Amino acid sequence: MRRLLVGLSLLLMAGTALAIDSEPPFSDPALQARYTELTHELRCLVCQDETIADSNADLAADFRRQIHDMVAAGKSDADIKAYMVQRYGDFVLYKPPVESSTALLWAGPFVLMLVALGVVALIVRKRARQSGEGNP
Amino acid sequence: MNFRNSAPFIIPGLVLIFLIGLFARGLFLDPTRVKSPLIGKPAPKFSLPGLYDPTQRFDQSLLQGKVSLFNVWGAWCVACQEEHPVLVAFAQRKVLPIYGLDYHDDRQAALDMLHKDGDPYTQILDDATGDVAINWGVYGAPETFLIDKQGVIRDKIIGPLTPDIIDKQLMPEIQKLQVEAP
Repeated sequence: MRRLLVGLSLLLMAGTALAIDSEPPFSDPALQARYTELTHELRCLVCQDETIADSNADLAADFRRQIHDMVAAGKSDADIKAYMVQRYGDFVLYKPPVESSTALLWAGPFVLMLVALGVVALIVRKRARQSGEGNP
Repeated sequence: MNFRNSAPFIIPGLVLIFLIGLFARGLFLDPTRVKSPLIGKPAPKFSLPGLYDPTQRFDQSLLQGKVSLFNVWGAWCVACQEEHPVLVAFAQRKVLPIYGLDYHDDRQAALDMLHKDGDPYTQILDDATGDVAINWGVYGAPETFLIDKQGVIRDKIIGPLTPDIIDKQLMPEIQKLQVEAP
Protein backbone atom coordinates (compact mmCIF):
# COMPACT_ATOMS: atom_id res chain seq x y z
CA MET A 1 0.00 0.00 0.00
CA ARG A 2 2.78 2.37 1.00
CA ARG A 3 4.66 1.52 -2.16
CA LEU A 4 1.54 2.13 -4.23
CA LEU A 5 1.10 5.58 -2.66
CA VAL A 6 4.73 6.50 -3.35
CA GLY A 7 4.32 5.30 -6.91
CA LEU A 8 1.14 7.31 -7.36
CA SER A 9 2.67 10.50 -5.98
CA LEU A 10 5.68 10.08 -8.26
CA LEU A 11 3.28 9.71 -11.16
CA LEU A 12 1.52 12.92 -10.15
CA MET A 13 4.86 14.75 -10.04
CA ALA A 14 5.65 13.52 -13.53
CA GLY A 15 2.68 15.57 -14.71
CA THR A 16 4.13 18.81 -13.38
CA ALA A 17 7.50 17.99 -14.89
CA LEU A 18 5.83 17.69 -18.28
CA ALA A 19 3.84 20.90 -17.90
CA ILE A 20 4.44 23.52 -20.57
CA ASP A 21 4.07 26.45 -18.22
CA SER A 22 7.39 27.39 -16.65
CA GLU A 23 6.07 30.38 -14.69
CA PRO A 24 6.54 30.04 -10.93
CA PRO A 25 3.20 29.35 -9.19
CA PHE A 26 1.63 32.09 -7.07
CA SER A 27 1.67 31.56 -3.32
CA ASP A 28 -1.86 32.98 -3.18
CA PRO A 29 -4.28 30.36 -4.62
CA ALA A 30 -6.75 33.08 -5.64
CA LEU A 31 -4.13 34.72 -7.85
CA GLN A 32 -3.13 31.33 -9.23
CA ALA A 33 -6.77 30.62 -10.12
CA ARG A 34 -7.08 33.96 -11.93
CA TYR A 35 -3.82 33.33 -13.78
CA THR A 36 -5.01 29.87 -14.84
CA GLU A 37 -8.36 31.22 -16.02
CA LEU A 38 -6.82 34.10 -17.98
CA THR A 39 -4.30 31.89 -19.75
CA HIS A 40 -7.15 29.55 -20.73
CA GLU A 41 -9.25 32.40 -22.15
CA LEU A 42 -6.61 33.95 -24.36
CA ARG A 43 -5.61 32.58 -27.72
CA CYS A 44 -2.08 31.75 -28.73
CA LEU A 45 -2.10 33.66 -31.99
CA VAL A 46 0.65 31.82 -33.81
CA CYS A 47 -0.62 28.33 -33.10
CA GLN A 48 -3.92 27.25 -34.58
CA ASP A 49 -6.53 27.07 -31.85
CA GLU A 50 -4.52 26.63 -28.72
CA THR A 51 -4.86 28.68 -25.59
CA ILE A 52 -1.94 30.54 -24.05
CA ALA A 53 -1.95 27.92 -21.30
CA ASP A 54 -1.68 24.96 -23.69
CA SER A 55 0.84 26.23 -26.17
CA ASN A 56 4.51 25.53 -26.39
CA ALA A 57 5.21 28.48 -28.71
CA ASP A 58 7.63 31.23 -27.68
CA LEU A 59 4.91 33.83 -28.07
CA ALA A 60 2.65 31.94 -25.66
CA ALA A 61 5.47 31.73 -23.12
CA ASP A 62 5.94 35.51 -23.41
CA PHE A 63 2.19 36.00 -22.95
CA ARG A 64 2.22 33.80 -19.85
CA ARG A 65 5.09 35.80 -18.39
CA GLN A 66 3.31 39.10 -19.04
CA ILE A 67 0.00 37.83 -17.63
CA HIS A 68 1.84 36.46 -14.61
CA ASP A 69 3.50 39.83 -14.02
CA MET A 70 0.26 41.76 -14.50
CA VAL A 71 -1.66 39.49 -12.09
CA ALA A 72 1.17 39.87 -9.58
CA ALA A 73 1.10 43.66 -10.06
CA GLY A 74 -2.56 43.69 -9.00
CA LYS A 75 -4.17 44.34 -12.43
CA SER A 76 -7.79 43.20 -12.77
CA ASP A 77 -8.90 40.50 -15.24
CA ALA A 78 -10.67 43.18 -17.29
CA ASP A 79 -7.47 45.30 -17.43
CA ILE A 80 -5.41 42.35 -18.61
CA LYS A 81 -7.90 41.31 -21.29
CA ALA A 82 -8.25 44.93 -22.44
CA TYR A 83 -4.46 45.18 -22.70
CA MET A 84 -4.38 42.17 -25.02
CA VAL A 85 -7.43 43.21 -27.09
CA GLN A 86 -5.97 46.71 -27.62
CA ARG A 87 -2.89 45.11 -29.15
CA TYR A 88 -4.18 41.98 -30.84
CA GLY A 89 -7.89 42.65 -31.43
CA ASP A 90 -10.88 40.53 -30.37
CA PHE A 91 -9.35 37.47 -32.02
CA VAL A 92 -7.11 37.04 -28.99
CA LEU A 93 -10.19 36.24 -26.88
CA TYR A 94 -11.57 32.72 -27.13
CA LYS A 95 -15.02 34.06 -26.32
CA PRO A 96 -15.70 36.91 -28.76
CA PRO A 97 -17.68 39.86 -27.37
CA VAL A 98 -21.24 40.52 -28.57
CA GLU A 99 -21.14 43.34 -31.13
CA SER A 100 -22.58 43.99 -34.59
CA SER A 101 -19.92 41.98 -36.44
CA THR A 102 -20.41 38.96 -34.17
CA ALA A 103 -24.20 39.19 -33.81
CA LEU A 104 -24.74 36.39 -36.34
CA LEU A 105 -22.32 34.19 -34.44
CA TRP A 106 -24.18 34.61 -31.17
CA ALA A 107 -27.73 34.65 -32.56
CA GLY A 108 -27.17 32.12 -35.37
CA PRO A 109 -27.84 28.93 -33.38
CA PHE A 110 -31.10 30.34 -32.00
CA VAL A 111 -32.21 31.52 -35.46
CA LEU A 112 -31.47 28.07 -36.89
CA MET A 113 -33.42 26.44 -34.05
CA LEU A 114 -36.45 28.68 -34.77
CA VAL A 115 -36.28 27.82 -38.48
CA ALA A 116 -36.07 24.10 -37.66
CA LEU A 117 -39.03 24.36 -35.26
CA GLY A 118 -41.00 26.18 -37.98
CA VAL A 119 -40.26 23.43 -40.50
CA VAL A 120 -41.29 20.74 -38.00
CA ALA A 121 -44.53 22.60 -37.24
CA LEU A 122 -45.31 22.86 -40.99
CA ILE A 123 -44.69 19.14 -41.54
CA VAL A 124 -46.76 18.15 -38.52
CA ARG A 125 -49.66 20.34 -39.67
CA LYS A 126 -49.46 18.97 -43.21
CA ARG A 127 -49.46 15.37 -41.97
CA ALA A 128 -52.36 16.09 -39.61
CA ARG A 129 -54.33 17.54 -42.52
CA GLN A 130 -53.49 14.54 -44.77
CA SER A 131 -54.47 11.99 -42.15
CA GLY A 132 -57.63 14.04 -41.59
CA GLU A 133 -58.40 13.74 -45.33
CA GLY A 134 -57.75 10.00 -45.22
CA ASN A 135 -60.36 9.46 -42.51
CA PRO A 136 -63.57 11.18 -43.41
CA MET B 1 -43.74 18.62 -61.17
CA ASN B 2 -45.06 21.72 -59.41
CA PHE B 3 -43.34 23.77 -56.70
CA ARG B 4 -45.17 22.01 -53.85
CA ASN B 5 -43.73 18.66 -54.83
CA SER B 6 -40.24 19.84 -55.73
CA ALA B 7 -39.79 22.17 -52.72
CA PRO B 8 -38.45 19.40 -50.44
CA PHE B 9 -35.61 18.94 -52.97
CA ILE B 10 -34.98 22.50 -54.08
CA ILE B 11 -34.89 24.18 -50.64
CA PRO B 12 -32.32 21.89 -49.00
CA GLY B 13 -30.29 22.10 -52.22
CA LEU B 14 -30.25 25.90 -52.05
CA VAL B 15 -29.33 25.81 -48.36
CA LEU B 16 -26.50 23.39 -49.15
CA ILE B 17 -25.16 25.62 -51.94
CA PHE B 18 -25.32 28.65 -49.61
CA LEU B 19 -23.43 26.81 -46.87
CA ILE B 20 -20.78 25.54 -49.29
CA GLY B 21 -20.28 29.14 -50.46
CA LEU B 22 -20.01 30.39 -46.87
CA PHE B 23 -17.48 27.74 -45.84
CA ALA B 24 -15.46 28.17 -49.05
CA ARG B 25 -15.10 31.86 -48.21
CA GLY B 26 -14.18 30.99 -44.62
CA LEU B 27 -11.45 28.68 -45.86
CA PHE B 28 -9.69 31.54 -47.60
CA LEU B 29 -10.03 34.03 -44.76
CA ASP B 30 -7.09 34.27 -42.40
CA PRO B 31 -8.31 35.56 -39.04
CA THR B 32 -4.78 36.57 -38.07
CA ARG B 33 -4.64 39.02 -40.98
CA VAL B 34 -7.10 41.43 -39.43
CA LYS B 35 -5.86 45.00 -39.41
CA SER B 36 -3.90 45.76 -36.29
CA PRO B 37 -5.97 47.63 -33.69
CA LEU B 38 -2.87 49.78 -33.18
CA ILE B 39 -3.22 51.46 -36.60
CA GLY B 40 -3.97 55.14 -36.02
CA LYS B 41 -2.51 55.03 -32.52
CA PRO B 42 0.85 56.39 -31.32
CA ALA B 43 3.66 53.85 -31.35
CA PRO B 44 3.73 52.02 -27.98
CA LYS B 45 6.32 53.22 -25.50
CA PHE B 46 9.55 51.32 -25.08
CA SER B 47 13.01 51.65 -23.65
CA LEU B 48 15.52 49.27 -25.17
CA PRO B 49 19.26 48.91 -25.62
CA GLY B 50 20.79 49.21 -29.06
CA LEU B 51 21.89 45.99 -30.70
CA TYR B 52 25.37 47.23 -31.61
CA ASP B 53 25.98 49.15 -28.40
CA PRO B 54 23.97 47.71 -25.47
CA THR B 55 24.96 50.66 -23.26
CA GLN B 56 22.96 52.98 -25.51
CA ARG B 57 19.20 53.17 -24.82
CA PHE B 58 16.42 54.23 -27.13
CA ASP B 59 12.76 55.08 -26.61
CA GLN B 60 9.72 55.84 -28.81
CA SER B 61 10.99 59.41 -29.51
CA LEU B 62 13.34 57.70 -31.98
CA LEU B 63 10.30 57.29 -34.26
CA GLN B 64 9.31 60.94 -34.30
CA GLY B 65 10.02 63.65 -36.83
CA LYS B 66 10.34 61.48 -39.93
CA VAL B 67 8.19 58.92 -41.72
CA SER B 68 9.86 55.60 -40.93
CA LEU B 69 9.52 51.84 -41.03
CA PHE B 70 9.73 49.73 -37.87
CA ASN B 71 10.67 46.19 -38.84
CA VAL B 72 10.43 43.27 -36.41
CA TRP B 73 12.94 40.55 -37.28
CA GLY B 74 15.29 37.94 -35.90
CA ALA B 75 18.23 35.95 -37.21
CA TRP B 76 16.38 32.75 -36.20
CA CYS B 77 13.44 33.61 -38.43
CA VAL B 78 13.52 32.03 -41.89
CA ALA B 79 11.01 34.45 -43.40
CA CYS B 80 13.19 37.34 -42.14
CA GLN B 81 16.23 35.91 -43.90
CA GLU B 82 14.12 35.77 -47.03
CA GLU B 83 13.03 39.39 -46.50
CA HIS B 84 16.52 40.65 -45.67
CA PRO B 85 17.86 41.29 -49.22
CA VAL B 86 14.61 43.11 -50.08
CA LEU B 87 15.16 45.42 -47.09
CA VAL B 88 18.83 45.93 -47.96
CA ALA B 89 17.88 46.94 -51.52
CA PHE B 90 15.11 49.24 -50.24
CA ALA B 91 17.49 50.90 -47.76
CA GLN B 92 19.85 51.73 -50.62
CA ARG B 93 17.09 53.83 -52.19
CA LYS B 94 17.27 56.05 -49.06
CA VAL B 95 13.53 56.70 -49.04
CA LEU B 96 13.16 56.70 -45.26
CA PRO B 97 14.85 55.42 -42.10
CA ILE B 98 14.22 51.74 -41.32
CA TYR B 99 14.36 50.86 -37.64
CA GLY B 100 14.81 47.24 -36.62
CA LEU B 101 13.46 45.43 -33.57
CA ASP B 102 15.61 42.37 -33.06
CA TYR B 103 12.98 40.08 -31.58
CA HIS B 104 13.74 37.22 -29.18
CA ASP B 105 17.16 36.83 -30.70
CA ASP B 106 20.64 35.78 -29.83
CA ARG B 107 22.61 39.03 -30.10
CA GLN B 108 25.66 37.41 -31.67
CA ALA B 109 23.56 35.54 -34.26
CA ALA B 110 21.90 38.83 -35.22
CA LEU B 111 25.26 40.64 -35.52
CA ASP B 112 26.65 37.79 -37.62
CA MET B 113 23.69 37.90 -39.99
CA LEU B 114 24.02 41.68 -40.46
CA HIS B 115 27.77 41.39 -40.99
CA LYS B 116 27.32 38.69 -43.61
CA ASP B 117 24.22 39.90 -45.48
CA GLY B 118 24.33 43.65 -44.94
CA ASP B 119 22.57 46.00 -42.54
CA PRO B 120 19.55 47.89 -43.92
CA TYR B 121 18.72 49.48 -40.55
CA THR B 122 19.22 53.06 -39.40
CA GLN B 123 19.15 51.79 -35.82
CA ILE B 124 18.42 48.40 -34.25
CA LEU B 125 16.86 47.78 -30.84
CA ASP B 126 17.47 44.59 -28.92
CA ASP B 127 14.20 43.09 -27.58
CA ALA B 128 15.69 39.94 -26.08
CA THR B 129 12.66 39.11 -23.88
CA GLY B 130 10.00 39.87 -26.52
CA ASP B 131 8.08 42.14 -24.12
CA VAL B 132 8.24 45.17 -26.39
CA ALA B 133 7.02 43.04 -29.30
CA ILE B 134 3.91 42.03 -27.32
CA ASN B 135 3.31 45.68 -26.51
CA TRP B 136 3.36 46.31 -30.27
CA GLY B 137 0.88 43.46 -30.89
CA VAL B 138 3.46 41.37 -32.75
CA TYR B 139 2.45 37.80 -33.67
CA GLY B 140 5.71 36.68 -35.18
CA ALA B 141 8.54 38.00 -37.27
CA PRO B 142 8.72 39.56 -39.74
CA GLU B 143 6.23 42.36 -39.25
CA THR B 144 6.65 45.89 -40.50
CA PHE B 145 4.97 49.03 -39.17
CA LEU B 146 4.72 52.27 -41.12
CA ILE B 147 5.14 55.23 -38.75
CA ASP B 148 4.27 58.83 -39.62
CA LYS B 149 6.12 62.00 -38.59
CA GLN B 150 4.18 62.26 -35.32
CA GLY B 151 5.19 58.73 -34.37
CA VAL B 152 1.71 57.33 -35.12
CA ILE B 153 1.35 53.82 -36.60
CA ARG B 154 -0.28 54.15 -40.03
CA ASP B 155 -0.02 50.65 -41.46
CA LYS B 156 1.26 47.21 -40.62
CA ILE B 157 2.45 44.45 -42.91
CA ILE B 158 2.51 40.91 -41.53
CA GLY B 159 4.99 38.59 -43.21
CA PRO B 160 8.03 39.34 -45.35
CA LEU B 161 8.13 42.51 -47.42
CA THR B 162 8.47 41.90 -51.15
CA PRO B 163 9.45 44.37 -53.90
CA ASP B 164 5.80 44.25 -54.93
CA ILE B 165 4.47 45.20 -51.47
CA ILE B 166 7.07 47.99 -51.22
CA ASP B 167 6.30 49.52 -54.60
CA LYS B 168 2.54 48.99 -54.81
CA GLN B 169 1.46 49.33 -51.18
CA LEU B 170 4.10 51.09 -49.11
CA MET B 171 5.57 53.65 -51.52
CA PRO B 172 2.26 55.43 -52.26
CA GLU B 173 1.55 55.60 -48.52
CA ILE B 174 5.07 56.80 -47.68
CA GLN B 175 4.94 59.54 -50.33
CA LYS B 176 1.59 60.74 -49.00
CA LEU B 177 2.84 60.81 -45.40
CA GLN B 178 6.12 62.51 -46.31
CA VAL B 179 4.34 65.59 -47.68
CA GLU B 180 2.24 65.92 -44.50
CA ALA B 181 3.22 68.71 -42.12
CA PRO B 182 5.56 67.49 -39.37
